[in-house]
Amino acid sequence: MSVFEVAAQAYREALPAMAASTVGGLFAGVVLGGMRAELRAVPGLLVLVPALLATRGNVYGSLGARLSTGLHQGLVEPAFAMDDGLASAVDDRVLAAVTAALANGILASLFASVVAFLTLTTLGDPVAPLPTLLAIALLAGVFSGVALTVAVVSVVFVGFRRGYNPDTLVGPLVTTTGDVFGIAFLLLATRIVLALGGI
Amino acid sequence: MQTEWRVRAITRATLPILLALTVVEIGSGLVLGSFEATLLAYPSLLTLVPVTIGTAGNLGSVLAARLSTAFHLGTLSFDPADDQLAGNAVATMALALTIFPAVGAGAWTLSLALGTVQLPLLTVVAVALASGAALAVVAVAVTLVATYAAYRYELDPDDVVIPVVTNVCDVLGVLVLFTVVQILV
Repeated sequence: MSVFEVAAQAYREALPAMAASTVGGLFAGVVLGGMRAELRAVPGLLVLVPALLATRGNVYGSLGARLSTGLHQGLVEPAFAMDDGLASAVDDRVLAAVTAALANGILASLFASVVAFLTLTTLGDPVAPLPTLLAIALLAGVFSGVALTVAVVSVVFVGFRRGYNPDTLVGPLVTTTGDVFGIAFLLLATRIVLALGGI
Repeated sequence: MQTEWRVRAITRATLPILLALTVVEIGSGLVLGSFEATLLAYPSLLTLVPVTIGTAGNLGSVLAARLSTAFHLGTLSFDPADDQLAGNAVATMALALTIFPAVGAGAWTLSLALGTVQLPLLTVVAVALASGAALAVVAVAVTLVATYAAYRYELDPDDVVIPVVTNVCDVLGVLVLFTVVQILV
């Protein structure tokens, strides 16, 4: 293939997913733009934004990739069998992957607020108290973790059952919903913590 | 080697790199924090932040995934005249130049709809376009260096290159946006 053919094919294949995640990113931006009052009220919150968004992408992108590999290998069943009761409703492997994703996502969010707090304190920049940042990171991590888990597991399973390759669904899904859920739940978490008196 | 499907095994395989990447991302947060006053004064610019970060990471990860596949198939050579290399680099530039002006116009329109417009449309589009063009160059350079390093150290580019490229492009995305805003706004 010539340089032009390679470029044209790569462009065509990447544009739709890229455009979809751009729309998601713009909506996340609108929420962030509407969050100026909260960003002023919690100094250091803006510093956390890239780390929290990247954590969502890294953790739930990896969950989606793991589940779709499991489906391809036949290790995971793309169904929730409810007839044996709730305890065995979810495949053990799916449960382990989801638990690990939630736990790692929340740990990384808490870690991010500690690193941000220590760095800003060292630099002598204004920063909210550590418990405030930890509470916001914890709530945002739990809310967006649950929402992204539901989104990733259902899209991967339903996509697989309908004959799509889940590998191609995970990337655009996580980059689009990760930013939107990430920022929206960060706003919600910040409002809850501020309403509780900033802890 | 594949990770076991157990919470402990998955955590051991992913948590260390996750925490390392978090530290890198706090770096980009600090850059954002350093021009927080400008961002809070101009909501259109604040709206550009997640999408610039995300698109920069996406440009890098798409290129990295394609180069990594070409590398596994044996159709890639690290020669500037290589068709795969040059073609994918050209496509990355073209994607950035298509998407970023639309991103700028979209951010401005959304600000207009919300009644928070402070900057003229042309300024926001110019900021987005200039950031996008610079980011495409950065994404290509970072991806090539990371893929070549993985090849030299005999690592699987699929495991290493994508997380590194995505997060490095996130950080550089904020730096580029910061520089462009300093010059144009």
